Amino acid sequence: MERPLTELIDLREGPLAREAYEHAGGYEAARRAVCDMPPREVIKTVEDSGLKGRGGAGFLTGMKWGFVPAGDDAPRPRYLICNADEMEPGTFKDRYLMEGNPHQLIEGMIIAAHAIQAEIGYIFLRDEYHRSAEALRRALAEAREAGYLGDSVFGSAFSCDIHLHTSAGRYICGEETALLNALEGRRAVPRAKPPFPPVVGLFGKPTIVNNVETLCCVPHIVSKGSKWFRQLSLTSDGGTKIFGVSGRVKNPGLWELPMGTPLREVIEGHAGGMRGGYRFRGVIPGGASTDFLVEEHLDIPLDFESVQKAGSRLGTGTMIVLDDRTCPVGMVHNLERFFAQESCGWCTPCRDGIPWIQKTLAAIEAGRGRPDDIELLHMHTRHLGPGRTFCAFAPGAMEPLQSALKYFDDDFRRHIADGRCPYNNHQTGNSNGNHHH
Amino acid sequence: MATITIDGQSYEADPSANLLQAALTLGFDLPYFCWHPALGSVGACRQCAVRQYRDEEDTTGQIVMACMVPVADGLRCSIVEPEAAEFRAEVIEWLMSNHPHDCPVCDEGGECHLQDMTVMTGHCKRRFRFPKRTFRNQYLGPFINHEMNRCIQCYRCVRFYGDYAGGSDLVAMAAHNHVYFGRHEEGILENEFSGNLVEICPTGVFTDKTLKHHYSRKWDMVSSPSVCSHCAVGCNTIASTRYGSVRRILNRYHHDINGYFLCDRGRFGYTFTDAADRLRRPLLHPDRERDVETVAEPAEAMKRIREIFSEATGVAGIGSPRASLESNYALRNLVGSGRFSSGLPRIEHDATTALLEAMRNAPDGPGSLRDAERADAVLILGEDPNNTAPRLALALRQSVRNEPIRADAGSRIPRWHDRAIRDFVQDRKGPLFIAWPASTRLDDLAAGTHRAAPDEIARLGFAVAHAIDPQSPAVTDLDDSASDLASRIARALKEADRPMVVSGTALRSPAIIAAAAATVHALRRTGSGGSSFLAVAPEANTIGDAMLEGAPLETLEQQLESGEVDTLVILENDIYRRLPAPATDRIISKARRIIALDSIATATTNRADVVLPAGSFAESDGTFVNHEGRAQRFFQPLPPAGDVLEAWRWIGRIAAETGTSKQNEWDRLDRVLTALARDCPELAPARDAAPDAAFRANGQRFPRAPRRFSGRTSILSHLSVHEPKPPEDSDSPLSFTMEGHSGQPPAALVSHYWSPGWNSSQALNKFQSEVAGPARGGDPGARLIPGNGPNERPSTAIPAPVPDDDQTLLAVPCYEVFGSDELSARAPAVAERIPKPYVALAPTDAEHHGLDSGDSLNLLIGELRVSAPVRLDPKLPPGLCGIPAGMPGWSVPHLPARASVVT
Amino acid sequence: MLSEEEKREIEAELPHYERRQALCIEALKIVQKHHGWVSDEAVRDVGEFLGMSPHQVDSVATFYNLIYRRKVGRHVIHVCDSVSCWVLGCDAVQDRLCEILGIKPGETTDDERFTLLPIPCLGACDHAPAMLVDKDLHGDLTPDNVEALLERYT
Ligand SMILES: Cc1cc2nc3c(=O)[nH]c(=O)nc-3n(C[C@H](O)[C@H](O)[C@H](O)COP(=O)(O)O)c2cc1C
Ligand code: SF4
Ligand code: FES
Repeated sequence: MERPLTELIDLREGPLAREAYEHAGGYEAARRAVCDMPPREVIKTVEDSGLKGRGGAGFLTGMKWGFVPAGDDAPRPRYLICNADEMEPGTFKDRYLMEGNPHQLIEGMIIAAHAIQAEIGYIFLRDEYHRSAEALRRALAEAREAGYLGDSVFGSAFSCDIHLHTSAGRYICGEETALLNALEGRRAVPRAKPPFPPVVGLFGKPTIVNNVETLCCVPHIVSKGSKWFRQLSLTSDGGTKIFGVSGRVKNPGLWELPMGTPLREVIEGHAGGMRGGYRFRGVIPGGASTDFLVEEHLDIPLDFESVQKAGSRLGTGTMIVLDDRTCPVGMVHNLERFFAQESCGWCTPCRDGIPWIQKTLAAIEAGRGRPDDIELLHMHTRHLGPGRTFCAFAPGAMEPLQSALKYFDDDFRRHIADGRCPYNNHQTGNSNGNHHH
Repeated sequence: MATITIDGQSYEADPSANLLQAALTLGFDLPYFCWHPALGSVGACRQCAVRQYRDEEDTTGQIVMACMVPVADGLRCSIVEPEAAEFRAEVIEWLMSNHPHDCPVCDEGGECHLQDMTVMTGHCKRRFRFPKRTFRNQYLGPFINHEMNRCIQCYRCVRFYGDYAGGSDLVAMAAHNHVYFGRHEEGILENEFSGNLVEICPTGVFTDKTLKHHYSRKWDMVSSPSVCSHCAVGCNTIASTRYGSVRRILNRYHHDINGYFLCDRGRFGYTFTDAADRLRRPLLHPDRERDVETVAEPAEAMKRIREIFSEATGVAGIGSPRASLESNYALRNLVGSGRFSSGLPRIEHDATTALLEAMRNAPDGPGSLRDAERADAVLILGEDPNNTAPRLALALRQSVRNEPIRADAGSRIPRWHDRAIRDFVQDRKGPLFIAWPASTRLDDLAAGTHRAAPDEIARLGFAVAHAIDPQSPAVTDLDDSASDLASRIARALKEADRPMVVSGTALRSPAIIAAAAATVHALRRTGSGGSSFLAVAPEANTIGDAMLEGAPLETLEQQLESGEVDTLVILENDIYRRLPAPATDRIISKARRIIALDSIATATTNRADVVLPAGSFAESDGTFVNHEGRAQRFFQPLPPAGDVLEAWRWIGRIAAETGTSKQNEWDRLDRVLTALARDCPELAPARDAAPDAAFRANGQRFPRAPRRFSGRTSILSHLSVHEPKPPEDSDSPLSFTMEGHSGQPPAALVSHYWSPGWNSSQALNKFQSEVAGPARGGDPGARLIPGNGPNERPSTAIPAPVPDDDQTLLAVPCYEVFGSDELSARAPAVAERIPKPYVALAPTDAEHHGLDSGDSLNLLIGELRVSAPVRLDPKLPPGLCGIPAGMPGWSVPHLPARASVVT
Repeated sequence: MLSEEEKREIEAELPHYERRQALCIEALKIVQKHHGWVSDEAVRDVGEFLGMSPHQVDSVATFYNLIYRRKVGRHVIHVCDSVSCWVLGCDAVQDRLCEILGIKPGETTDDERFTLLPIPCLGACDHAPAMLVDKDLHGDLTPDNVEALLERYT
């Protein structure tokens, strides 16, 4: 089984240095793309590969690049941004790629920058990833030194530099337009779409934002071709995918697997199944803002379309497992507290609706729930859906809640009827308050 | 026009609008918060939700925010669809989860947009059962009260204050449901447009602190349409009163002038009408030299005036740029045009005359604030708008966005889409050039500034004209940087679709005005169609006064000298503010008798034999002619009390009393206007500034009091249970009661904005022909100076370069939004904001004289000694010093002038 | 006043951005690196340096979680309270930390040695529960092993 993105990674050895990376064939794709391939051809190749964004929304990468206005009178400069904010709870895949093989990301960015003719690139990294920052900083310096960044990349007419920007912490910064505001030194409130970033982006100029994993796929697509990339997958969405599992499984971790690998194989095979004494109850398949899947879904293939059909989203592909001794209400409360906390405060439903949800869940969990609360929660999931809030944050926040209400309805009702949480392993302790500023 | 379908009915709508705007224009009640007609859409509050359908087949549709949907042919949507309606009610429920529900003690209660929208959505039952989050409030200065718990986080305040008005000290802080709107630390809000927060805020977070001192509910106040009396822009206002005093000023929409916004001088300056030094009774001064004054009955004062007139060898009249057109005209008529003075010293008089000439000659007539807002290249020649015509500065601040927006070829963002436009435009600014001796508060927008002496500013202007069109004479000996700047300005103006030149009398320089006119004409000659000249004048009726063509004050001095005249009638003019005290003293002492009319006690009224109490704007009907030559009528919200009468009415009585005219000939405003129209054809359209007193709708007057007025029978019940007869109004079609026509009056007669379901000032939407468009039935006022004046070549006397002079400084006037205006400076809240006396000095000059910031500087200007602490202005060129004009207690008139430093 | 070093560090970032004000967050972080937190005075200084009002700087500063507008201890413990860590018992870990330090979340110990701040997911979910002390990531925490971990931070 091919693992193009991760085969060179060994975290015990630290980040792969440039020499080792080049020894394994690194930077050849970038050199070829920049020196020999016209931008349109690069875009075409990526389009044909069927690469879909790995940041959660699953948009076709090549198609997105094609939206950047081309031609001599198109606005300049253009920007390429790598979204390395990775603050979605349960998600830890980008960190692995950056700490393990930073040059792979840089190479992907060089190719992407060339494809859209961007002269400036940024890596927008969350502040807590100190090790990633170190690895990237060193790798950027190495690449610059080698002439792969800066003026005339690989000796070509193309010039591009990449800067590392570390964030100051806010989940909403990962939303690509909020990210633009953060990069401009403003409050990270999302922007209105349309216009979309490929047309009006950073500093008002055409901008492409891509996830770390997405960009890491690019060198491999260029070097081995779009057909090869498609056949890596078991389904129609091309490539491999880094899947992760956390929760009470025997062997939590990350694995690069073919797109379309069945959910059961990931949880029971790679993650080793549930720890002794625990049973599987459900899983959030792609980070905090995706719907729960349960027992009946274990055999679905993990690709964008299939997971959607099952009523959830592939999201980031990093899943959080709920076991039978953990309170689902408590788990959803934890998630909604996160969302209430991280709402940017721009639009009403999210800013004032999610705290209400969170307080209601806290009350239920603490045995102070009321029968009407369930309907109130349902009402919120309806009214915080797509289109009703300014950005996708709040609809994302509703996904685990609405599916929990569906699959764990009994648990909610028991809490309210009994006036206490029937699971005694989780007390609502300190972490119920709002302590971030 | 596009055809759209709302709830199955089809309508015509403007394709450049968004769906919310269109729905409101069509008369639908669709709730909203974050959208504002002047600020555009940002989609934050999610209140304006409707269901949109793809086409006729689509029955599912999706919920969208109307404010973010462009109107397009074939657009289909439903407002009444149950889920959209439920969502709108839910938005209110969310907003109310933390709202304190303190309407009974909230100043906004009864005119609250949040209340209106709550009722509109039908939300009424509270389900949120958890504690509310609370905030701490901040002290924000004398104008604005802060009550953060009422906030619904619509972001309008910071969008207005920061994005629109350029203020940098009110921001959004923190995140999630802790978002807080305030300052980094508490303190006075700096921006001179802060008062608009009162109307921008849809609830009671930002309220009018001056109103709070004598609070009354909207429904308990009697209001009338008024015109701001604090500068020449002439913003339209609503003045509201109760118990005989003005309680607040609100914006009255005028499409071409103030739109939705006023400046703080205009909003908070009104309390001068209630100040202790208001004149309310006639006064006699038996001995003008000694400080003895007796209060007289009107008849007694009239008797004295008759005596004075019968003894007089000749009577001259001193008019005033702050008195109404009617009062000035009445005075001119009383004394004869040969003995009528504009009330201005020659230095100001000549500049004003030059300005009026330039306005008459301007190819398209004088420009309006709306023109300024739409200009895409602007040159300001010798004005400091933030301080001389504040509302203009706000308009110019918007103008710099036009050019960058025009550059948006690819994305074609609709103009109302504020959020996206700002992301696109970023910090890019269109061309705005400022020529003014010192720094200005528009400098942050300027593509270039020229800080120089008045004559050098004029020279720059002529150089621009020459660079545009070589037919304009060249300026010799211009230094390189000024020539470079001139060509940059010329290029920007020529490339623009709507270039504008702003100039006025601030530096009392006819040459500057001529240079501005030359530039406008050069642009016109070289084919720029939309070139526009915007004239700035200092006072509410400077232009109206100038159009009566009186003589400068100095001419009167000669007439007194020659003995041709020995008696003066001084109308609402403190001539001590206009001429240096020694010169004024000479005039006063040469006049054997002086009759003064004013609403306030001044140094001049103190030296008059007879003082008659004139109405302020609050007790008068009359007309001001604004900076663009627009005659605008203001109506008294208060029936004159005590002995107070409109000045024109007093003068009419004097005329009748002294036999200069028939008894009572002018006891009606309309009669004065008819005579004026007969006498002065150019001013004749002033009659049409508003409907005359006989105007009725269905035989009914237009009420000043709102329908819900509860004071009618109770207001005097502590004195008497008998309902007093309401005062009558012989001069306007307005009544002082709640009775009368219940429909909308013509715009000139709008006393309050109210419409069923709309108790806040947002009801204004219902008074416009389309949202943000002209008033229904047309905006009020009458333009007196039409376009296409004689296309005369303007004067081309180019001043010589200002010679170097080590011995003296050139003292130029500078202005303060709070302080330079005589009337507003008497309002306590404004007085708190007046800077301490200062003289602005360039650091090099200060060093030269061994002075540091704050040190006392003594200047000799002609016969006048001026002493004030130094304020260092690094932007001021060496050789100049700036002295604030018109400051209460230490006004230094008659500048520019040479000043020598005395030690 | 910003120190020369702070100014140098901020200026080094300047060429990477199209407008000076874009450095706002970067500058605040540089100041914080040197002082541990961002004081009112620092807000004013950064504003002056970047051509922003202190209000505008604070508007940005107060938005972000990791700009400390209050004084923190010599070491900041960021204990993850997000979902994976919660499933694996971060509440108990946090309670234990509070007990050891004698403070509540959001507080600083009297000796100014530690500040305890909960933080969203640290991206260490496979080693949950996790915490970050200064720049060091610690995973697989239990109420029993945290005390020893803190010893090396003096
Ligand atoms: C609230 C929110 C948070 C997000 N956080 C991230 C993130 O941390 N990393 C990321 O790559 N994408 C994130 N996204 C998705 C981005 O908006 C964007 O779609 C993505 O970066 C595009 O890259 P891709 O096309 O390569 O997936 C987030 C979206 C939302 C709505
Ligand atoms: S849904 Fe609204 S408040 Fe929530 S993060 Fe998006 S824009 Fe901000
Ligand atoms: S008015 Fe439309 S979202 Fe606020």
